[in-house]
Amino acid sequence: MSVESISGRAEETIISSAMPRDYFQLMKPRVMYLVIFTAFVGMLLAPGGINPLIGLIAILCISIGAGASGALNMWYDEDIDRIMARTAKRPIPDGRIKPEQAFVFGIVLSVFSVMMLGVMVNWLASFLLAFTIFFYVAIYTMWLKRSTPQNIVIGGAAGAFPPMIGWAAVTGTISVESIVLFAIIFLWTPPHFWALALFRLKDYENASVPMMPNVQGEKSTRLQVFVYAVILGLTGILPAVLGYASLVYGLFATVLGARFILLSWKVWREGSEDNNHAHEKKLFGFSIFYLFALFAALGVDGIVSRVVF
Amino acid sequence: MAEGEFTQETVEMTDKQKKAQRARNIALAVILAGFVVLLYFGTWAKLGANILQRPL
Repeated sequence: MSVESISGRAEETIISSAMPRDYFQLMKPRVMYLVIFTAFVGMLLAPGGINPLIGLIAILCISIGAGASGALNMWYDEDIDRIMARTAKRPIPDGRIKPEQAFVFGIVLSVFSVMMLGVMVNWLASFLLAFTIFFYVAIYTMWLKRSTPQNIVIGGAAGAFPPMIGWAAVTGTISVESIVLFAIIFLWTPPHFWALALFRLKDYENASVPMMPNVQGEKSTRLQVFVYAVILGLTGILPAVLGYASLVYGLFATVLGARFILLSWKVWREGSEDNNHAHEKKLFGFSIFYLFALFAALGVDGIVSRVVF
Repeated sequence: MAEGEFTQETVEMTDKQKKAQRARNIALAVILAGFVVLLYFGTWAKLGANILQRPL
C-alpha cells in the first residue's frame, strides 16, 4: 500500500512538509521578541550581577518558554484561529503543521526551557517560567479566553511575568521593584487589546471569543480603556518614585503616560466606527510604542546607573 | 510474483517533503550542537573553579 492510497495525497498527510520557519512561526516570534526584551530589562535593573553566559542562557530559556506557550496556544486555538482573518494564516489553520505536532513541540520546549533554567540559573526563575506557561496555556487559553470578557485582563499576567523572571534570574528573589515591572505590562494589556478588539469586533464575534466590546458593549469598553490608561500612566512612573530608575526616566514616563491617557481619552469620548476607528487604531499603534519605549528607557537607565555608579 | 520474491512497501516522498525533511534535520542538528556548546560552557560559567574542588 502506498502513501497515496492511505491519504489520497502524500503531500497532505503522513509525512510533514513543514519547514523550520513554520515551527518558528508557531512560537509567536513577535511576542517572543517582546519577552526577550522585557526579561532583559528586568535583568538589567536587578541589583547585583550575573555571569553574562548564564544571563544569556536565562534569556534563551525564558524566550523558548514563551515560544512553547505560543505553540500550545496555537494548538488549542486552532478552531478559532481558522475563523479570524488575523490568525487564519498561522501554521496550523494553514495546514503546514498538524495540531498534534504543535502540541508535542510545545510540551518538549516547555519541559526543556523550565528544566534548563532551573539547572543553569535558579529554581525560583524556573518555577516562575513554569507558572507563566501554565497560566498562559491552561488559565488563559483553555479557560478564560472563551468564557469571560475579562480574559485578557487576567490572562495578561502571563505576558507580564518575563521581567519578573529576568529579575529573579539575577537576584533569586521577588521584590516590589519586579512586581512594579509586572504591573506595568499587566495594566498595559487591557487597553492594548481592547483598542484592537474595538476595530476587530466582527472577527472576535465570528469566532465567539467574548471580548469586552462584544459582551459589555463599545461604550463600556472605551471607558475601561481610559481608566486602565490612567492607572498605567501612574504605574509607569513608579520605578522613578521607588528610586530604581532616574528622574530622567520619570519625566520620560510621564510624557509617554500623558500621551497614552490623551489617546485613550479620545477613544472614550470621540471614538466611533464613523471615522473608521481612527482613534482606536492610533491608540493600538501607540500602545506598542509605549511599552517598547518605556522598557527601553528603563534598560538605558539601568545601563547608565551601572556604568556611572 | 515469483515464489519467495520479497516486495517491500516504501514511502515515496515528494520533492517538497524531501526538501522540508532535510531542512528540519539541519535545523535540529544546529540546535542540538548549540545546546551541547551552551551546556558545556554554561557548566564552566556556573561552577567555575569549583569543578576542580570536588571531593574524591
